[in-house]
Amino acid sequence: MDLVQLQRQLVDYKTSLYNEGFLDEQFTQLQELQDENNPDFVVEVVSLFFEDSERLLNELTKALEQQSVDFKRVDAHVHQLKGSSSSIGAQRVQKVCIAFRNYCEEQNIEGCVKCLQQVRHEYSLVKTKLESMFQLQQQILSAGGSIPM
Amino acid sequence: MAVNGAVTWLRRTEEIDGYDLSASDSEEVHVLAVDDSLVDRKVIERLLKITSCKVTAVDSGRRALQFLGLDEEKEANGFDGLKVDLIITDYCMPGMTGYELMKKVKESSAFREIPVVIMSSENVVARIDRCLEEGAEDFIVKPVKLSDVKRIIDYMATYFREGEERRGGINKRKIRDEGDDRSSSSPLSTLWSSSSSSSLPTAPCSPSTLDSPTRSLKMTCFEEHIFTDKN
Repeated sequence: MDLVQLQRQLVDYKTSLYNEGFLDEQFTQLQELQDENNPDFVVEVVSLFFEDSERLLNELTKALEQQSVDFKRVDAHVHQLKGSSSSIGAQRVQKVCIAFRNYCEEQNIEGCVKCLQQVRHEYSLVKTKLESMFQLQQQILSAGGSIPM
Repeated sequence: MAVNGAVTWLRRTEEIDGYDLSASDSEEVHVLAVDDSLVDRKVIERLLKITSCKVTAVDSGRRALQFLGLDEEKEANGFDGLKVDLIITDYCMPGMTGYELMKKVKESSAFREIPVVIMSSENVVARIDRCLEEGAEDFIVKPVKLSDVKRIIDYMATYFREGEERRGGINKRKIRDEGDDRSSSSPLSTLWSSSSSSSLPTAPCSPSTLDSPTRSLKMTCFEEHIFTDKN
């Protein structure tokens, strides 16, 4: 695939991520903070998000497995996940977190368990998509091209 | 010029030149950013660096107080080049909330002049009110954008100069009259001067009552809630 085709593919892919609600304008914000002096900013922030989310998802799983669920603790973790997903523009993850928090407030364990499944799912989707996007970007850069914004 | 024997080099220059160089001996604003989220710290750090600030990012209120030298119940003589010009803190943090941190800062005679900005993902009017009433300069709803930070820093540049004027007698006149070669952002100073004579609403929440036009714009969303009888 030639450079122009790769660049077009990237643009289309990004557009689809926005259209399907995986990413929102906060992601665009992050991209605007990147420049020649900080060319890896977005990848770095997103990597932190991945690490942080994985930790939180593990904590959530443990917390919901307890005999007596500590909803405040669960809520605290979801709050963190909601915050970080919002900060990078991972909109679908953020949305599930909102619903998740409501179930925590209601102390609805079934609702919480369902939301955990959902948030895991959304997280893994956005992770895969962002990784694909970064790969595509890398291909373009390696081919000597620049990333279309 | 008579100089107090105990002053640091920075202080001497301060008096001689008529303006405060204690922002770590450069014109850069030094911001202490406080957030327990690693992702958010990374983002706020970048946002502040893009707006040409020096940044120290810490992960808790406790660490922020330690950095300021407030934690051990001793007042820090913070003029070792690390003077903090602005504190920007998340509201919801484990241990000490941003609100509690701000209260501690405002209770300290050494640091109460430092403007504090609070960030929160929760757009709760009562919370915003409480923060502003307690002395927060501004409140940012997360996720934080570049425009939020720019607004704060622009406002700070004005506040910083106003702060100089309040702190020093002669200095005050000097800064004003000479047009302050530090501030190449003269459009900003004209903006400030013109606004002070306009009828923009004043913010009752902070003792300094600065009529920054940008701040007033932000305030209009919450006008009814903020204009209490206080102050």
